Amino acid sequence: MGLLFDIFINPFVEMASGLDFLLQVLWEGFVSGTLYALIALGFVLIFKASGVFNFAQGIMVVFAALTLVGLHALGIPAFLALILAVAIMALLAVTVERVVLRHLVNQPDIILFMVTIGLTYFLIGFGELVFGGDPKSMITEELGLPTGSTVFDVFDGIVILQHLDVAAAVISAIMVAGLAVFFNKTRIGRALRAVADDHQAALSVGISLNQIWAIVWFAAGIVALTTGIMWGAKSDVSFALQIVALKALPVLILGGFTSIPGAIVGGLIIGMGEKLFEVYWGGLLGGGVEGWFAYVIALIFLLFRPQGLFGEKIIERV
Amino acid sequence: MLKKLAIGAAALAMLGAAQVSTAQAEDTIFIPSLTYRTGPFSGGGTPFANGFADYMNMLNARDGGIGGAKIVLEECETAYNAQKGVECYEATKGKGALVYNPLSTGITLQLIPKAPVDEIPVLSMGYGLSAAAVGEKFPWTFTYPTSYWSQMTSILKYIDDNGGLSGKKIGFIYLDLGYGREPIPLLEQLAPQMGFELAMFPVAGKEMQNQSSHWLNVRKENPDWMIMWGWGAMNPTAIKEAAKIRFPLDRFIGNWWSGAHADLNPVGEAGKGYLAANFSGIGTDFPALQDVIKHVIEPGNTQTDPGDVGNVLYNRGLFNAVIVAEAVRAAQAATGKVAVTGADMRVGLETFNLSEERLAELGLAGFTAPIQGSCADHEGQGSIFIQQWNGSDWERVSDLITPMTDVVGPMLQAAADQYVSDKPDWQTQTCG
Repeated sequence: MGLLFDIFINPFVEMASGLDFLLQVLWEGFVSGTLYALIALGFVLIFKASGVFNFAQGIMVVFAALTLVGLHALGIPAFLALILAVAIMALLAVTVERVVLRHLVNQPDIILFMVTIGLTYFLIGFGELVFGGDPKSMITEELGLPTGSTVFDVFDGIVILQHLDVAAAVISAIMVAGLAVFFNKTRIGRALRAVADDHQAALSVGISLNQIWAIVWFAAGIVALTTGIMWGAKSDVSFALQIVALKALPVLILGGFTSIPGAIVGGLIIGMGEKLFEVYWGGLLGGGVEGWFAYVIALIFLLFRPQGLFGEKIIERV
Repeated sequence: MLKKLAIGAAALAMLGAAQVSTAQAEDTIFIPSLTYRTGPFSGGGTPFANGFADYMNMLNARDGGIGGAKIVLEECETAYNAQKGVECYEATKGKGALVYNPLSTGITLQLIPKAPVDEIPVLSMGYGLSAAAVGEKFPWTFTYPTSYWSQMTSILKYIDDNGGLSGKKIGFIYLDLGYGREPIPLLEQLAPQMGFELAMFPVAGKEMQNQSSHWLNVRKENPDWMIMWGWGAMNPTAIKEAAKIRFPLDRFIGNWWSGAHADLNPVGEAGKGYLAANFSGIGTDFPALQDVIKHVIEPGNTQTDPGDVGNVLYNRGLFNAVIVAEAVRAAQAATGKVAVTGADMRVGLETFNLSEERLAELGLAGFTAPIQGSCADHEGQGSIFIQQWNGSDWERVSDLITPMTDVVGPMLQAAADQYVSDKPDWQTQTCG
């Protein structure tokens, strides 16, 4: 009886009796959700273009952030370092396309997936060789990102809004919206969808597969750089940051691997859901539950929509 | 042409044989160094490995080694991965390894059963299995200068001396691995005894840089003090999150793996006030450190960035090397041999005496608390001190704090008994 009370009554009593804290939890969940959506977007872009889960997305986050910080450490002004980091991500995209992907057109997806695993380990080794393994500080203030916080007195309590979190949410939202428009409303976006459907058919109507792949890898690189800046500012810039990319997996399961709106909505559901569960129900299970609870949320949704919230429903007729 | 090649090959082979025999003629001691300069924890592993290597190289350059034996140091990269650590052990033990410093609780736990079989001691300096402090049950494992449990009692004493412990709520945030969970049995036993309430916040490895939920829970629980058993990227993230929820940082204490320059440099001014335990000196104002700079850093025989010399983890790695070197000297004195073996090294680790006088002779006066090697006590019951981040550097803010040996001793004994209880062939020893 006590357990049922702790599961079904007590958490809601806690929510009602501490509305300021509930607001804080929802805000933190929203910020995390936008960042998860951003990470997931990097995966979605490449999956849409090539049908491949890009295992290297996590290390691209680290590599992009380290490039930015490393260039700044050489004395290059922050904004110039940012531009150069973007250029290096473009170079990486072109190199991946020229050296690797071009030779694997129309190969089974598993081959391309294995290639992204190889690319991951190459970037880990190359990154450690160039930048070393020491954790580095993100150049938050130099990039003009706000620091500090604002405290709001609400419901007889306080809600603390970190300016960096506000910036992270706004920038993530702009990035997600911009990429959604770019890939849904432009010619390149249509070409991207054609490539995703069938490589050979896309080639036959004059779409340059190589160009599309380079563009999506570059876009994924930009997403990685943005993620690296935001997450690096919240923590530090080290190779451990690649683990953060794993947070995208339940988002992708929930939102669908091919849907940009799915990544957004999935990110928000996972972000807010895991925070609520961790804070109000986590204690019943000893805490530290948000890591796996994200997958529980995703699996519950999959029971009703196996293709994910916005994934394409595949009907194969015999 | 073929004849010329054959003659050349034979000449090279003879030259090689001559070089090998020269090397064998020289007394050497082989010390493997399990490092992690790569992987998610390399930020802590690299300065530690540098401090260890630089001190050994300094002894070679300044003194020609230890007691006439040249030190052969071989690094093996583990990436803080227990499986790779065991591979490193297997790959190097046959080369005459004197002692293993695993630099990872996970690797230590794997090596503890191997040590008596291969007769190579394990020195898990301030980490690993706390119960290994009981020398009679663990003849081949050492945790000098102290264990996690002893350290925790010193931290609790510090809290007790700064506002009292009874009636307070203590939050414990930890990396949810063997290392982080190690002090939980002690905390659970001491909480009712000392009258404090315990709130625990486990952080999974993949959530190290994503701790907002954990700190929301801290805000909800509202503890009076927080204690952290973190490592790597978990540390700066936790301190930033603590500052974010406005938890008073001068009531937030990290253990000795949560208080390095690598942890606080990314936090900077926002981490001002944060406290951490330590047992090795900070800075380069020690003659031994100056010798390292003179003989190793300035000539460039190092992987160390000169700015890192004297930092917390660099000095801790150096201190690890000091204990090993002193144990080698003790082993040489006990056996009369120059090139000692792993079995001799075990004797050295039980007999070395790092007294205040000896620390001064080594150029490390005031660097750490004295340690006396012992058969029965493999942790040394060393003291710690508390340091505080001033926004740009660490400052020592307490005297040495001794552990509650009366509390920890019986618990260590019980844990050691428990460990060996289901191992009928476990090797023990009787200390006089």
